[in-house]
Amino acid sequence: MPIIASLFCGLIFGSGLLISGMVRTEKVLGFLDIFGAWDPSLAVVMMAALAVAVPGFAWAKRRGRPLLAAKCDWPTKTGIDRPLVVGSVMFGAGWGLVGLCPGPALENLATLSPRVIAFVAAMAGGMVLRDLWQKRSPQPRNQATLATAADG
Amino acid sequence: MANFTPVSAAIGGVLIGLSSLLLMLLTGRIAGISGIFAGLLGPGTNDKGWRAAFVAGLILAPLVAGAVGYAVPSPQMPASWGVVIAAGLLVGGGTRLAGGCTSGHGICGIARLSVRSMTATAIFMVAALVVVAFTRHVLAG
Repeated sequence: MPIIASLFCGLIFGSGLLISGMVRTEKVLGFLDIFGAWDPSLAVVMMAALAVAVPGFAWAKRRGRPLLAAKCDWPTKTGIDRPLVVGSVMFGAGWGLVGLCPGPALENLATLSPRVIAFVAAMAGGMVLRDLWQKRSPQPRNQATLATAADG
Repeated sequence: MANFTPVSAAIGGVLIGLSSLLLMLLTGRIAGISGIFAGLLGPGTNDKGWRAAFVAGLILAPLVAGAVGYAVPSPQMPASWGVVIAAGLLVGGGTRLAGGCTSGHGICGIARLSVRSMTATAIFMVAALVVVAFTRHVLAG
């Protein structure tokens, strides 16, 4: 059942990205191009998503246990550390270069565009490289952010 | 603002918010796509099923939409192969380092009222704005 629920949620998420136009790189770049023909659509997408998710998450937190699992996996990290800042700068730079973030990149695999496939392969490579590099570096105080223990 | 499409943006945004909320209410998971995808790559996690299902749903969405007659746009990526690969590496490495992307920090994190996620979102937005301003208005003249 959780697998079917996940598939269903992925479908709804993908429909949202599709209908809002956020799968289109030129529309995302149009939002990021504040000195050009600025397109505020992405801001409306985020505000509409938050209008549902802010009260929804507050309710989910009060409710406690999810319907199909033992517990809710709320992220526990709260600090603003170096990896958060450096990683966000890197992510933003890559996003600005081509207009793809992970959701639309994966969804666009459906179009079999060679450039999208190359982007997703490089994205997977970047993720694996980062995890390998973290395992190699002997920094015990640097709390491991393994795939399962991340913010999102 | 000739390209501004507030109605479709609002409808799509509500669906994205609804999906994130449903995933939490049903499975107790955060709909952070970089994290969901990264968990599929390593040998470590034993919870690949729901992750693969979510990603499959994402990829199925335009296929289902196309099958019922919706005009699915093909992505415009005029950048060179080198830029595409570099961007992919930055997005992959950066989202793992920061622990989230537009969905995990930008939607779910802000919806949890997490200051950490609000900070991440502000930083990656500004970084992207700077890169676009530079590539479109400085480099291109």
